[in-house]
Amino acid sequence: MLLQAQDITVRMGGVEVLSRVSMGVEAGEIVTVLGPNGSGKSTLLRAVLGMVPLAGGQVTRAEGLRLGYVPQKLAIDPSLPLTVRRFLSLPHRVSDEEAADALARVGMDAAGQRQIAALSGGQLQRVMLARALLGHPGLLVLDEPTQGLDQPGEAAFYTLIAQVRRDTGAGVLMVSHDLHVVMAASDRVICLNHHICCEGTPRVVSAAPEYRALFGLGTQGALALYQHRHDHSHDETADHGAHDHTGHDHDHDHAGHHHHVG
Amino acid sequence: MTIRAMIMITTMRGTTTMLDDFLIRAGLAGIGLSLATGPLGAFVLWRRMAYFGDATAHAAILGVALALATDLPVPLGTLVVALAMAVTVASLASKGWAVDTTLGVLSHGALALGLLAISFVHGVHTSLEAYLFGDILAVTPVDLVTIWGGALAVLALLIWRWQALLTATLSADLARADGINPDRERLILTLALALVVAVAIKVVGALLIAAMLVIPAAAARAIARGPEGMAVLASAIGALACLLGLSLSLWQDTPAGPSMVTAATAIFALAALFGRIRRA
Repeated sequence: MLLQAQDITVRMGGVEVLSRVSMGVEAGEIVTVLGPNGSGKSTLLRAVLGMVPLAGGQVTRAEGLRLGYVPQKLAIDPSLPLTVRRFLSLPHRVSDEEAADALARVGMDAAGQRQIAALSGGQLQRVMLARALLGHPGLLVLDEPTQGLDQPGEAAFYTLIAQVRRDTGAGVLMVSHDLHVVMAASDRVICLNHHICCEGTPRVVSAAPEYRALFGLGTQGALALYQHRHDHSHDETADHGAHDHTGHDHDHDHAGHHHHVG
Repeated sequence: MTIRAMIMITTMRGTTTMLDDFLIRAGLAGIGLSLATGPLGAFVLWRRMAYFGDATAHAAILGVALALATDLPVPLGTLVVALAMAVTVASLASKGWAVDTTLGVLSHGALALGLLAISFVHGVHTSLEAYLFGDILAVTPVDLVTIWGGALAVLALLIWRWQALLTATLSADLARADGINPDRERLILTLALALVVAVAIKVVGALLIAAMLVIPAAAARAIARGPEGMAVLASAIGALACLLGLSLSLWQDTPAGPSMVTAATAIFALAALFGRIRRA
């Protein structure tokens, strides 16, 4: 395990944003956290990175793990002039050759002398990814990396992530609220709504009733599923540690939960 | 104090001081201060700390009063009070107090309290005006050592932490992911700000310190393409403004501190115009 979160709970302003969430990422694995707006996805990333205080639980990282973090957005004050090339040298200076390699890898070859503030959302995401890669990360953490991209741009970005994983063997943990493209790009999907609703391979999760209820996929039986979702107490989600990726983790029984990877 | 008044004093005293001596010291003081205000001013802009700088500088008047009352060196008094002010504002802001309100109350409250306190200090023959508007023409060799020492210390601090400061300024989260503690970097800037206020009060006065931080950096922004370029350019523009202000003071017998700030403002206007033309 590169990173392991055990029963972490996060409170913000008295509200429990995350309730006893357990999850982990293995080397070379792409894990995507899915959930509606306000479900605590970004908080989960920030919590496992140590950016928000935990009200409970703990996070352990593999010793000497290098992190590559790509935030959701970068609010650069207009008073700060910064070229792409200079940005890549923060916080560790890199040679021109390394910088050019990293830019080429993300398809931004000629962008070195452009101002960061003048980049489009998708270009900035790529440049931030290039910067993260320059740190030779063992784990890449991406917070909604495709926000503001169109569908082809999104697909291209995930292809790039898959390529990075193949080339470097890094684990990838990312957050998304979109459904389709991310499904194809992930090894494992964690469906989050303050607690973990379901978890497993994309195929398993996309068929799981919790997932369908959360995203309102398929009108058939939606109401029943909605009610089902609120039947169980969140306390029952405690034991994620012994999780086996079968797509469901509540200890009560429902018909139709135990899908098999086909 | 204007240059003519200075010449009159030196003449009346019958000292051997020549016109050039105090002008050279004034010029050196301005250049020394600019070494620190350039890069620090750039951070003040990037992190939107302009009013923070104002509040810290205003608090320095209270430091002057305390130093005079207790016979401590004035730079020490201003340094301690400026630092206390900066830390207070930073900690209140991190506890969720509205920054605008906090600064508005503390900045003017500290200034008023400082003015009040000075009026209680008896036997002070130094004019209050010197601390409000600066007295660069009366800079002594000892002052010069203090100013250069403080400015070089700030410059060294900023250069040492440059990469981490810049990363933390860009994004606190990016910094944390890279193992940099953004709170620590903010504290370093706070310390640098207090140091600059302590040494700058003699040169431009408490009321105009923030101007010498903000205006040269803002002028540099219009021209610079990178953060280092902007910092160096801000220092150069600051030094130029000091020398131009001194010249204006010499020719037109205007007060030196405000002349320097006026010169900096004129350079800003030209730079903004130039930047606009170049971009168009």
